Amino acid sequence: MKILEIRGVSKSYGKVQALREVDLVIRGGEMVSIVGPSGSGKSTLLQIAGTLDRPTAGTVRVAGHDVSRLSDSELSALRARYIGFVFQQFHLAPGSSALDNVADGLLYSGLSRRQRREKAAAALERVGLGHRLGHRPHQLSGGQMQRVAVARAVAGEPPLLLADEPTGNLDSEAGAEVMSLFRRLNAAGITVVIITHDSEVAMACPRRIRVRDGLVRSEVT
Amino acid sequence: MTALRPARLRPTDLARLGTSGLRARPMRAILAALGISIGIATMVTVVGVSASSQEQLLRQLDALGTNLLRVQPGDSLFGDQVKLPKTAADMVRRIDGVTNASQTGETGVTVRRNDLIPSGVSLGITVQATSLDLLDTVDGKIRSGTWLNAATERQPVVVLGAVAAERLGLTAPDIQVWIGNRWFTVIGILDRMPLAEEIERSALIGFPAAKDYLNHDGHPTTVYERSADEAVESVRAMLARTVSPEKPNEAKVSRPSDALKAKAAAAGAFTGLMLGLGAVALFVGAVGVANTMVVAVLERRREIGLRRSFGATRGQVRSQFLVEAVLLSAFGGGAGVLLGALATFVYARINSLPAVVPMWALGGALGTTILIGALAGLYPALRAARVPPTVALTAQ
Ligand SMILES: Nc1ncnc2c1ncn2[C@@H]1O[C@H](COP(=O)(O)OP(=O)(O)OP(=O)(O)O)[C@@H](O)[C@H]1O
Ligand SMILES: [Mg+2]
Repeated sequence: MKILEIRGVSKSYGKVQALREVDLVIRGGEMVSIVGPSGSGKSTLLQIAGTLDRPTAGTVRVAGHDVSRLSDSELSALRARYIGFVFQQFHLAPGSSALDNVADGLLYSGLSRRQRREKAAAALERVGLGHRLGHRPHQLSGGQMQRVAVARAVAGEPPLLLADEPTGNLDSEAGAEVMSLFRRLNAAGITVVIITHDSEVAMACPRRIRVRDGLVRSEVT
Repeated sequence: MTALRPARLRPTDLARLGTSGLRARPMRAILAALGISIGIATMVTVVGVSASSQEQLLRQLDALGTNLLRVQPGDSLFGDQVKLPKTAADMVRRIDGVTNASQTGETGVTVRRNDLIPSGVSLGITVQATSLDLLDTVDGKIRSGTWLNAATERQPVVVLGAVAAERLGLTAPDIQVWIGNRWFTVIGILDRMPLAEEIERSALIGFPAAKDYLNHDGHPTTVYERSADEAVESVRAMLARTVSPEKPNEAKVSRPSDALKAKAAAAGAFTGLMLGLGAVALFVGAVGVANTMVVAVLERRREIGLRRSFGATRGQVRSQFLVEAVLLSAFGGGAGVLLGALATFVYARINSLPAVVPMWALGGALGTTILIGALAGLYPALRAARVPPTVALTAQ
């Protein structure tokens, strides 16, 4: 099954062509890395794949839904159900516990508060932070914070996980921990797409995509 | 392929979401709500203080009754004063429904502490002849000493109204005062009489004494009458004709409780100026809330983007900030209501009034602050909803 299907997608910001007629298909269960020089259009590609932004031209399908035909609220529902995001800067609420941060990610899923907290606890357990539920971000290491963010992204069990440089702010040891977490999640069935500058991270992925000047240049399989 | 429909936020979740920003920055929330608090507190106090004063007067009115009528001679067509018959009170007593009737007659002389004070100095005190049953009719009470009786109404003795005693500097009877051109002994002092303030300002002697010592002609200048409550209107229609059968339009009938009612109504009508000040404070408060919310939206762009990536719709983001503004404003309003109620209570305590804050003022205050919060939060909420989801990925 094609979880993500991008056909002839272009994106321009004024005169800047961030993406030029990109074609990309990702199937359910894949683990993919996206590499390329700075400014080549990786984040733009991920934003469009994650429906956070719309392409200037071309079509994007997520789990079969043609994104261009969806209203804002349908798009929001799509994100809530199908996509989890992990960002380079964790984006955790500083005043809230790990549990609350993870549960917050489920706020728009329609679950009750109790169900959200149960799922959040389970997700934290899954990323190996079952003993840190009440810790607030400043009481956690960088690697632990990113694992909280990963738990938040997967707590709702989305089929697709999109990560933009998830190890960019971590040392190699913490980065390796997060990567092994991604591999475990992938083994459990989640499709994982990771943007990275780190060749070790890229090599850990079975499929690698290279982006240059807004074009998807090469695929190594 | 299943249809995509966003889940609705539960009201409790929305409320929790709306307070998250306030809980994160409590000091800012307090300062932002201050203007609203001051405005609401001012308004609640203004309403509370006037309602308390009014309540006091209404209770007094309740206790005093509204069934007392007063008849006085009017001016004739030619401008001179008409005289009421000497037996006016007896005539009034015969009207159906009348339970009490009494009369007083002005003597035209003054009362002084001693004969060295010039006779022109009246201190605003009227020396009046009175019938013995006056206190029953006007519901008056003796504060100290005694009232006149069949023996003392013929003697040079006087009972002073509360204000008259005060103005003469007397607190106890058994003192001589100078009335007309001789000494009278004060035998009693009356209590306050809110329904007959002219009696409070009078020095009262018997009709026989007035005739013997002050050459009074025996004609009354005021007749007081009390009836059953339901008979007041029918008695009122008869009064003028009874005391002045030939020229009924030359007798003036009045209802002393009407003056007290007017006073109560005036006390209930709070001053527009204070309310205006409250409104200005409320407006400033609304601007403060709007400003705080605009800043909050700017600061929390990344949170907004993040929530959009979680699956929040534009409408849900808008609701979050609208609820936050409403809660902020309502929080200020709640504090203002408490402050205003406290101020009213303190004011009432100091002035020994019953403390009253009307329910409509509380409900109105709450409703107003919710409305203000919604208005002030509208623009910031619309801006929040327009924050693009991509800021979650790009903002540094
Ligand atoms: N919101 C925007 N407005 C204007 N130009 C943009 C915007 N976002 C991205 N760009 C431009 O589009 C191009 C691609 O940017 P993008 O962020 O996708 O690069 P990237 O591959 O993620 O780079 P990096 O590795 O540094 O994160 C760049 O030239 C960038 O300046
Ligand atoms: Mg990037």
